[in-house]
Amino acid sequence: MRYGRTGFVVGFLAAPVLLYVIYVIAPYAQAFYIALTNWRGVNASPEFIGLENFRRLFEDSVFWKAVGHNLLLLILMPVLTLGIALFFAFLLNVGGKSGMTGIWGAKFYRVVFFFPQVLAVAIVAVLFQQVFRPDRSGMLNAPLIAAGAEPIGFLSNPDVAFWSVLGVLVWQAVGFYVVLFSAGMASVPKDMFEAAAIDGAGRLSLFFRVTLPLLWDTIQVGWVYLGIAALDVFAVVWVMTAEHGGPDSSTTVMAAEIYRNAFQYFQFGYASAMGVVLFFFTVGFAALSLRLSRRERIEF
Amino acid sequence: MASQSLPFSRSEARERRKARLGPMAMLSHVALALWTILVAVPIIWTFLASVKSEDEIFGDAWSLPAALRLDNWARAWEQAHIGQYMLNSIVVVFFGVSGTMLLGAMAAYVLSRYEFRGSKALYLLFVSGLAFPVYLALTPLFFVVQNMGRVPLIGPFIGLNSHAGLVLVYIAYSLPFTVFFLAAFFRTLPTAVAEAAFVDGASHTRVFFQIMLPMARPGIVSITVFNILGQWNQYQIPLVLLAGAKDKWVLTQGIADISTAAGYDADWSALFAALSMAILPMLVVYTVFQRQIQAGLTAGALK
Repeated sequence: MRYGRTGFVVGFLAAPVLLYVIYVIAPYAQAFYIALTNWRGVNASPEFIGLENFRRLFEDSVFWKAVGHNLLLLILMPVLTLGIALFFAFLLNVGGKSGMTGIWGAKFYRVVFFFPQVLAVAIVAVLFQQVFRPDRSGMLNAPLIAAGAEPIGFLSNPDVAFWSVLGVLVWQAVGFYVVLFSAGMASVPKDMFEAAAIDGAGRLSLFFRVTLPLLWDTIQVGWVYLGIAALDVFAVVWVMTAEHGGPDSSTTVMAAEIYRNAFQYFQFGYASAMGVVLFFFTVGFAALSLRLSRRERIEF
Repeated sequence: MASQSLPFSRSEARERRKARLGPMAMLSHVALALWTILVAVPIIWTFLASVKSEDEIFGDAWSLPAALRLDNWARAWEQAHIGQYMLNSIVVVFFGVSGTMLLGAMAAYVLSRYEFRGSKALYLLFVSGLAFPVYLALTPLFFVVQNMGRVPLIGPFIGLNSHAGLVLVYIAYSLPFTVFFLAAFFRTLPTAVAEAAFVDGASHTRVFFQIMLPMARPGIVSITVFNILGQWNQYQIPLVLLAGAKDKWVLTQGIADISTAAGYDADWSALFAALSMAILPMLVVYTVFQRQIQAGLTAGALK
């Protein structure tokens, strides 16, 4: 019965482990070393320079702008996305006539809301680049101009561009969390809402005292997902904004700076140092959020 | 008698509850409809712009096209090479997902059902890949793939600017989540059927392909959907690995390039047609499989 067990285990693991080590583990391991070198061109041989890249990073104002944007996204993207999604999920699932049944047409709304999630971020970025056009050919500026107002430079005004990026990210993410929270709410027994409503709970207390505590685990997962997504933002910034993170670095993020330094300036060592910083942000965020959000679990 | 001691009757209570919650349903619909518009209008607007003339596109954004200019679609397909890019995406995703599912299921099965020295460590090695940002690996990955191109015999097929090279990278980077998800799934399956098969003399390989894999079908379907969408929508990795060969580009790259690189002499109506071509298949596939897609994408978060 155990005949050929070792051969089977080795045979089944060989290909996946080999691929994984070559393409995933090896690059990650190398990245930490490359970050300590001054590797520039493809042909120049790298020289070990210790923490010099990190010292340079410290004085790089563009990189700090990128870090700042990532941190701002880290806070705003989860708050806005989860807030809007919870609101809609609540309306869909307990927004019916008696306050406990799903609203009429809930399925239709969920299908529509979720759709942006299946589109590629790069496609969404190109789409919104057109939507945000600064003249009357832009979907958003056309009615403004028609009403006699000044057009908004959604992507050309450095004070506005970042909020346009945030808007697109939230636009795409909300539907996913509406569906996720709906699934979570559907697993909560209906009598809980019913009991609370009979006890005189209005919609708001239903939401804050019943829905929210019961969904805490799911919200926590969403928080971690969105936080990591906020640290990994790239395509929207790179494709949609002027000068790949502009104007005047007003929208740039760490991933865009890594790509720019590695594949446009060919500063591989320096770009890897940025990657290491991003890595510590990601790990730090994951550890922190798991600690902070630990709370008593409600069994139902 | 007893009912008189209550402040109000059951039906009265229902009425009061309705009064408290009823008019809100209307407001709910208003809020939900607003977001529906917010989601749908940019997409509908893109479809409309895809059949407008260049002048109409630069005119008022909310005007309707005077005539259906389907030649925009033809130009996008031919001259902007969207047809080629779409074919490339299909080829890469087909082999990428097939490979991911085969290797991922094999690894997950062995790691979840066979104890051996280091099996736990190997599982953790795969799962740890979930925590790393791909941007950290980007630079070294470029050189790893470049060096793979120098391997004798197979090198020319898997180096930079090759679809096979990209497929291997896709598989490797899809493994952490696939292994994590499927290993959890295999652990929940009953062992009795497999043991009966072993008693009947079936080999390990045969048990896997003919018994365990069919039993794991729901999990396989979810994670396949997840991987198809993930690889189809990938932009960053092909941007780095296929930079030098425009004819090899995937769809996301092709469309992003029309808008970023082209500038003022860009063919804007073809850009909208290209966008529509990228959105339309997703819309059709999503409408048909929306249940599986929603389940597949949210499966990871609910685990």
